[in-house]
Amino acid sequence: MSVDLNTVRRIAHLARIEVSDAETPHLQREINAILKFVEALDTVDVEGVEPMTSVIPMALPMREDVVTDGDIAPKVLANAPLTEDGFFVVPKVIE
Amino acid sequence: MTDLTTLTLAEARDHLKSRAVSSLELARAHLEAIERAKGLNAFVAVTADKALEMAEASDARLARKEAGPLEGLPIGVKDLYATEGVHTQACSHILDGFKPPYESTVTANLWRDGAVMLGKLNMDEFAMGSSNETSYYGPVASPWLPPNWSRERGRAALGSGKRGLLTPGGSSGGSASAVAARLCLAATASDTGGSIRQPAAFTGVVGVKPTYGRCSRYGMVAFASSLDQAGPLARTVRDAAIMLRSMAGPDTKDSTCSPASVPDYEAAIGRSVKGMTIGVPKEYRLDGMSDEIERLWTRGAEWLRAAGASVVDVSLPHTPYALPAYYIVAPAEASSNLARYDGVRYGLREPAPDVIDLYQKTRASGFGAEVRRRLMIGTYVLSAGYYDAYYVRAQKIRTLIKCDFERVFAGGVDAILTPATPSAAFGIGEKSSDNPVEMYLNDVFTVTVNMAGLPGLVAPAGLSNEGLPLGLQLIGRPFDEETLFTLGETIEQSAGRMKLPEPWWA
Repeated sequence: MSVDLNTVRRIAHLARIEVSDAETPHLQREINAILKFVEALDTVDVEGVEPMTSVIPMALPMREDVVTDGDIAPKVLANAPLTEDGFFVVPKVIE
Repeated sequence: MTDLTTLTLAEARDHLKSRAVSSLELARAHLEAIERAKGLNAFVAVTADKALEMAEASDARLARKEAGPLEGLPIGVKDLYATEGVHTQACSHILDGFKPPYESTVTANLWRDGAVMLGKLNMDEFAMGSSNETSYYGPVASPWLPPNWSRERGRAALGSGKRGLLTPGGSSGGSASAVAARLCLAATASDTGGSIRQPAAFTGVVGVKPTYGRCSRYGMVAFASSLDQAGPLARTVRDAAIMLRSMAGPDTKDSTCSPASVPDYEAAIGRSVKGMTIGVPKEYRLDGMSDEIERLWTRGAEWLRAAGASVVDVSLPHTPYALPAYYIVAPAEASSNLARYDGVRYGLREPAPDVIDLYQKTRASGFGAEVRRRLMIGTYVLSAGYYDAYYVRAQKIRTLIKCDFERVFAGGVDAILTPATPSAAFGIGEKSSDNPVEMYLNDVFTVTVNMAGLPGLVAPAGLSNEGLPLGLQLIGRPFDEETLFTLGETIEQSAGRMKLPEPWWA
C-alpha cells in the first residue's frame, strides 16, 4: 500500500498540519517507507481474533455523579496566548 | 565524605537517616554536577531555588524523624511530567512557555515521599524517538565516550553540535544520561515502545517499565494512551525498586490506573531465584544478530541457572509483528492525543487570519519532523476506508501478541529473558534521516512488552567489544514487578556493578 501526492495533501488537511508543495514529495516518501514496513502484517491470520480494547483486564471504574472540581477559570486560562474576559480569543471561525 | 554524587540512592538515603550528610549538601553537590555537565544537554530546566528549598524542608523533617521513603533525595524529572509552575513541554516547540497549574500524580507521589526536584530532563519530542535527537532543545550526549575518543575530542564535540558523540537512547535520553553521569540519584522517565529500557541499556543503568496501569498517567503528556507508562531510571536495581514504590499506586484521576496496592519492591531485592523458571524466546534471536549480544544473552541465562533458576526455551510466534503493529497503533493514538495542540489554549500560536489557518500553521511550525511523520501515519490509518485494514488489524495482532505471552506464563514460566537492544549505543547523527524505519528497529526487543501491557526491567549486563554498555531485559507477569527486581538483582550481582564513566565533559 502506498500513497500518492493528493492523498498526502488530504492527510495533512485531516491532521490540520500545513505542508508546503515543496515538502509534499519528501513526506510522501517517508509515509510510504513506513507503510511498506507495516505490510508485514498483511500475512497474519486474524480470523476470529478480537481487537485489543483493554491491555490489562479492567472494568471502567465509576464514581458518584457529584461536582468535585471547578471554579478555576484563571488557572485554565493561565497559559493561553490570548484571552479576554475569561474567554480564549481566536481569529475568526469561517463557516 | 568524598563526592556525594557517587552515592547510590539507597546509600544517600542511609547517610541522610544517620545525619552523616544533609539534604542541602546533597542538593548542592548535584546542582554543581549539573552545572559542570551543561554540555551534555541532559537538563532542559534546572530548578535550583526550588531544589534548595525542598532540601531544607527535608532536612527539617529528617531532624524531626519524620522522613518519608525518598526524604531529601535529589531526583530529575522527564519533561513530559506536569510539574506545577515549572517548564513542562515534552521538549516540543508547540508547548512553548507552558507551565502547568497542576502536578502529575507520579511527581506528586515523589514530593509526598520527600524527594527533591533538581529539574526537568531532555527527551525526544512528545516521546517519539529512540535517540533523543528529535528534541526541540537539541540532542543529549551520553556520558559514555565513543570508542577511542579522547576527553578533549569529546569536549570539543559537545560544543559543536555533538556529532559523533554517543546518543543515550530515547525517548528518555536526558533521564538516562543524567543518571549515568551522576547528575541526579535517579530520574522519572516514561516508556511507550522502549523509551525507558533502551536508554537504560545504552547508558549502563537500570530501567523499569511497570505493568500498564501500575502508575497513574494523570499529568503525563500523552503520546499513546494504551501503551504509555511511567517508570524509573536509576543506577542500581535496588534504587529502581525504591523509586517505583513511590511512583506507583492507585489514582482515581486515571481510569486506566489499577486500584491494587503497591508492594514493598525493595523487599524483593535479595530474595532467592531458586525454583524460578526463565523462558528464552527463540523468536528474539534475529537474523544477523551480533555475536556479542548473543553471548551476553547466553551468559545471562547461565547466571540465572547458576543461581538456581531453570531456563527453558519458549516460543512467542507473533514477535515479528509487534514492531509493525506498534507503528500503526502508537501513531494512531498519537494523532488523537496531539489534536489538542492547536495554538488556542496553551503554547505556541502562529499568526493567522482564520482559525483553520491558525491550527495548520501552528502545528506545522510547532511539531518537529518525526512527530509530523507519526501524526500523518496515524491520521491515515484511522481515516475512512483504512481503519479496518490497518488499525483494527493491528489491534487484533496485538491480542495475538498478548496471548503468546499468556500461554508462556500459563506454562509455568515466571519471567522471560531477552536482549534489550540490537546493538550498543550509536552516534548522534549516525542513523540516516532518509529512512525513518532504521531508527524504529532499535525498539525491536522492547515494543512487545508495551503491546502486551507487561512489566519489563533492563539491567546492565556487560560491555560490548568496544567497551560500551549492553543490557539484558526481563519481562514479567502482569503486576509481578517483584519477580523482576529479584531476578534483576541477580543479573546485576553476576555481572558486577557497571563502572560508569568519569566526567570528561568539563
